[in-house]
Amino acid sequence: MPLHVWLPAAHPVAPSNISALMSGVLIKTGIYGMTRVFFEFLGSPPNWWGVTVLAIGTISAVLGVLYALMEHDLKRLLAYHSIENIGIILIGLGAALMFLHTNHALLASLALIAALYHTINHAVFKSLLFLGAGAVVHAAHTRNMEEMGGLAKRMPRTALYFLVGAVAISALPPLNGFVSEWLTYQSLLQGFGKTTSLIRLMFPFSGAMLALTSALAAACFVKAFGITFLAQPRSDHAAQAREVSPSMLGGQAVLTIACIFLGLCPTLFLLLFDPVTAQLTGAPLGSALSLANGFALSGIDPQGGTVSTLGITLGGLCLVIVPFMLWLLLAQRTRIRTVPTWDCGLRGLTPKMEYTATGFSKPIRMIFKALFRARREVQRDYDFSPYFARTIRFESHVEEVFLTRVYRPLNRFVLRTSRRMRALQAGSIQAYLIYIFVTLLLLLLFAL
Amino acid sequence: MSKLLSVLLQTVLLLALAPLLSGLIRNWKAKLQNRRGPRIWQPLVDILKFLRKDMAISAHASWVFSFAPYVVFIVPLLVGLMVPMISAQAPLSLFGGALAVIGLLALGRFFLALGGLDPGSAFGGMGSSREMTISAVAEPAMMLAIFTVAISAGSTDLSHIVQSSQASTWKLLNPTHLMAFAALFIVMLAETGRIPVDNPATHLELTMIHEAMILEYSGRYLAFMEWGASIKQLVLMTLLANIFFPAGIATEMTPIAAGCGLAVFLAKLLVLAGAVVVVETTNAKLRLFRVPDLLSAAFALATLALMFTFLFQ
Repeated sequence: MPLHVWLPAAHPVAPSNISALMSGVLIKTGIYGMTRVFFEFLGSPPNWWGVTVLAIGTISAVLGVLYALMEHDLKRLLAYHSIENIGIILIGLGAALMFLHTNHALLASLALIAALYHTINHAVFKSLLFLGAGAVVHAAHTRNMEEMGGLAKRMPRTALYFLVGAVAISALPPLNGFVSEWLTYQSLLQGFGKTTSLIRLMFPFSGAMLALTSALAAACFVKAFGITFLAQPRSDHAAQAREVSPSMLGGQAVLTIACIFLGLCPTLFLLLFDPVTAQLTGAPLGSALSLANGFALSGIDPQGGTVSTLGITLGGLCLVIVPFMLWLLLAQRTRIRTVPTWDCGLRGLTPKMEYTATGFSKPIRMIFKALFRARREVQRDYDFSPYFARTIRFESHVEEVFLTRVYRPLNRFVLRTSRRMRALQAGSIQAYLIYIFVTLLLLLLFAL
Repeated sequence: MSKLLSVLLQTVLLLALAPLLSGLIRNWKAKLQNRRGPRIWQPLVDILKFLRKDMAISAHASWVFSFAPYVVFIVPLLVGLMVPMISAQAPLSLFGGALAVIGLLALGRFFLALGGLDPGSAFGGMGSSREMTISAVAEPAMMLAIFTVAISAGSTDLSHIVQSSQASTWKLLNPTHLMAFAALFIVMLAETGRIPVDNPATHLELTMIHEAMILEYSGRYLAFMEWGASIKQLVLMTLLANIFFPAGIATEMTPIAAGCGLAVFLAKLLVLAGAVVVVETTNAKLRLFRVPDLLSAAFALATLALMFTFLFQ
């Protein structure tokens, strides 16, 4: 943001494997460039750079996910999430710059390592999601989520992989998205504690906006997964969808395993980043990040808080004993009946009655209506009362503020001025000679 | 060994206390409204009854529907073990602090919402959509309030927060803590589906949020869903009670200290439950689109709390 407008337009037209590469590698070159320029070439940066990067990162993260929520084109939705994640990475980078300015090299290393780890994580889970989306588009012949549904039964393995990716990108423990956001939070928090200026109030606010971002991302992926894979199919294509070929599943499986591995064993991977950040900020973190032989992750100061995704997973698995015991004691004799969903006494539930993607994000559209400027058109054909319509046509649009308020006016302005300028280029040699003469005169006058 | 014992003790406590707390709130609410009300162990009896019942599962639902109840049940239980309850040292505090707690609760909510969408009924979708919206608006207020507390303790580790606020003098009238407490209390009401936000006692179609999502569940899945929800409520109230009022919490694990800790903890819970009951009885449910106003008030309170930290440090 606000230079993002090309991305949501580019992703849907690219083939899905290329989209995966694009969001995995291509847009990371920007991050690479910024890291190199900020930390290596330009030396000690002034404070307002870090502040600017942090502010832009925060705004991109929130706006990116808000626009993602309004999308019902699966790939455009993922494209907006790339903007959000780049925003999260920039929060880490901006915080690192600010810490470097105030001579907290260790904290800068922590923030930078958070940003770099999120870069890797985003590359992995976003590629996974794009491959999953590609499989879905291939099977259902549409990118529109409103025409999908019920794919979890028809494509169980794709659904599982997509679900893992969705949990990872929503920054839910124990997967990798959570780990890098945890590091970001930790660096922001310690940043507030260890710096003194008024500008440090930015850290907790950035953190709060990051919380908003991840909660909205979770809402968005409940929508993306729920509408695409769950409930009844909303179109014939979706109903006839079949699981994709093993080669397409294989790629997703590898990335899924990578997601889980990066999430559960962060201390192993973060050690690999340490030389990089040590080179850039001059302060190696060393073993300050890992605790209890790498079992738990800590942000520099072990008193400052720890997290162990591995522990969370193992603890969760151990607690499965509780429902199992309850089943053993009480529920062993129970039977399971398969019945249709309760339809309020109507004649069967149809896909038309399901919640749609647009309906799902409606409350959020209402809450942030100042931003979205949603427009809707309803046309009813009716005989005697508008409440008993024969046909209803409903249209709803969300305005992309940057597109309509910044780029289109700019575009129009350039076109209009160039149209005016065209009068100058009339095609007559004499006129051109006069232009040259006048220019020459003016230049000579300036020279005097 | 004592570690294992404290894990076991806290698990049992969480499992037993959570439905009792729900029952207590329900009973007191009825009393305050001049009704007799159900007995306080009614929710526990209900859960045990659901466990023994057959299940009816929707034909439209996929494996996600059957997976969700386990996540919704186990996650709050795990979170409960990461929160200091009767002793200042939580059994699994190494596993994660405040940030992990928030993240795990979000994980439970994620699967709850997916479970609501899976059977394809309009109610489930409605509930999921509203739940995710409200939680998204509640999250920044919650995070900012937790940040404020974490900043004054210098740690996100909950055990550490409790110990450090216990070490310093009685901080009840510290404006930072007062505002952060108010913000977290509002968030707690929203997260547990209490009255200004959601009505836990209704199956009235158009206003329900949490009930709408679990409408298609039956038998033991329903039991896990209900139990999970009540454990989540207990965990959030424990957080409120122990972070802001750490007095009386046991510092070492001797039987006497643990007994005292338990008694004080129960007393604190009773007070909080009383507050919830009063709020639920004196307020009407808000219209869905007024809820963000309430939660932005919580956000404003948390912001003020943060400002005070800044000023007084």
